[in-house]
Amino acid sequence: MSAQAQELTVGADASARRIRRLEPAALAGVMSRDVAIFGRYWRATTFSSIVQPTIYLLAFGLGFGALTKHVDHVRYIDYVATGVVATAVLFSSAFPGMFNTFVRWQFQRTYDAILAAPVDVEELITAEVLWISLRAGVYGMAPLLVGIAFGLPPSAGMLLVPFIGFVTGFGFAGFGVTIAAVAKTIDNFNYVTSAVLTPMFLVAGTFFPVAALPAGLRAIAEVNPLYHCVQLVRDAVLGSLGPADLGHAAVLVAFALLMWRVAIWRLGRRLID
Amino acid sequence: MRALDDKGAGAHTAGVAAPSDARPAIALRGVVKRYGEITAVDGLHLEVPPGVCFGLLGPNGAGKSTTMRMLTAQTLADEGHLEVLGYALPHESKQSRLEMGVVPQLDNLDVELTCRQVLGVFARLYRVPRAERETAVGRALTIANLVGRADTIVRELSGGMRRRLLVARGLIHRPRLVLLDEPTVGLDPQIRQELWSLIDGLRTDGVTVLMSTHYIEEAERLADTVAVMSRGKIIAQGTPAELIRAHAGEQVVEVYGPPERLAQVSELAAANGWPSRRSGPAVAILRAERLNGQAPEGARRPANLEDAFVALTGEDIE
Repeated sequence: MSAQAQELTVGADASARRIRRLEPAALAGVMSRDVAIFGRYWRATTFSSIVQPTIYLLAFGLGFGALTKHVDHVRYIDYVATGVVATAVLFSSAFPGMFNTFVRWQFQRTYDAILAAPVDVEELITAEVLWISLRAGVYGMAPLLVGIAFGLPPSAGMLLVPFIGFVTGFGFAGFGVTIAAVAKTIDNFNYVTSAVLTPMFLVAGTFFPVAALPAGLRAIAEVNPLYHCVQLVRDAVLGSLGPADLGHAAVLVAFALLMWRVAIWRLGRRLID
Repeated sequence: MRALDDKGAGAHTAGVAAPSDARPAIALRGVVKRYGEITAVDGLHLEVPPGVCFGLLGPNGAGKSTTMRMLTAQTLADEGHLEVLGYALPHESKQSRLEMGVVPQLDNLDVELTCRQVLGVFARLYRVPRAERETAVGRALTIANLVGRADTIVRELSGGMRRRLLVARGLIHRPRLVLLDEPTVGLDPQIRQELWSLIDGLRTDGVTVLMSTHYIEEAERLADTVAVMSRGKIIAQGTPAELIRAHAGEQVVEVYGPPERLAQVSELAAANGWPSRRSGPAVAILRAERLNGQAPEGARRPANLEDAFVALTGEDIE
């Protein structure tokens, strides 16, 4: 192209900018959309994130608590307050991962619009998972705040909880995106919710110790990332962190990395034909 | 409508002194895309020179939308070479996407956001520098004629406003190439006129436009060059005037009448080897200027792109 034409071509300066993989600008762009949308529904999200653990604490903490004062040498209401952090993280990451992905991809076709811009599948999914997990990390604190109102003593270890929630949320957001990618219709999510997520949050040491379960269920708990999240949160908050918690953290990080790549692989195959 | 004659490719780029050695904005060679048994794009060759408005005309199912998706690497070709703005696809597609804008056929706006937010997000996605974002959004709102609606949520906009916003979103970063996939499909005539002037304005600014359409009038009015696509291939290409002259001649006689009369005229045309086609309630005989008075009684009119299109594809559209 002649120098004269080059000058007059709109956007010519863009060609000077080389584009790479996983660019922060692309991630920030996709997340800016999530932030803008969050501005519309944060009230509802915040409301349910406070009300849900309150209900759990009232029902289990006070209800069961009348029968059981202590579990594993921990006041039962504190046991539940720390346990439902993982529940909050699970629900605020796996569900957005499934529903938001499916709706934006299939119904609103938002992902088609984003992928026509200089954003690739890896960046799009990474940004979405990152946003969900940041949110999950923050909302994972809600049960602790409710717990404090019910007498859980504040501790320095609580400051680790958003990070634990973030890593766990990253894995479950990736899991949700993967489910959205393989689901034929949005109704298929019912299978996952009832057959995978519900048992998962019950067999995680949330409301009762896993040790009390039969060996088979105990083995399932061991491979349940949520169980490792519960243990890590409880140890951090109650000041009983030990070497075993390195193992829990390692499982959560491995789960997050694995689900991240699987989500990109599965949804990528559906987005680019 | 402008005279067809001053629509030669590059005429509007006279001020830019369009270089003769300019690399094509889009170059496709031998592109094939199959979906199972169906071959959607079947050995497509397509070259779009810089600075023109190029119309890709074809019936539904001709492979236009698949071609458009391949240009953004959202569909990957099974065979062939694709180059957009000098970048090889799919490998360098992200770079080419940075420099081009896309207006999809289906509305994929974020219905929960305001116009300003939609444009702001895409300004970021297209790497408009922070300091220029606000100006870019303001400019796009002006293009879309939505300045007064900047803070309205997309869901509350009318169909025409949404379509204008969709176009403005694709122009947020001043791309030098714009892909428009069926830009006015399903819109009422008034909105269609608005969009046509918007597209024409782009061309005046020196932006290369590739527009797929199945509306013949749209191609005839806007495109410098039209490629007719049928069954995954380009079967003819030229200016609208060239295509009409080459495939439909100069004049057409349209004979109206009851079905028996129309059947009779069709037979007559077939017997004499006159090219003809059914056109709604009439039979149209093409190249009437060559009939030297043998033509049956009917209404004479200049041949148009639709005649050429039907002569080429044998398919009636719109």
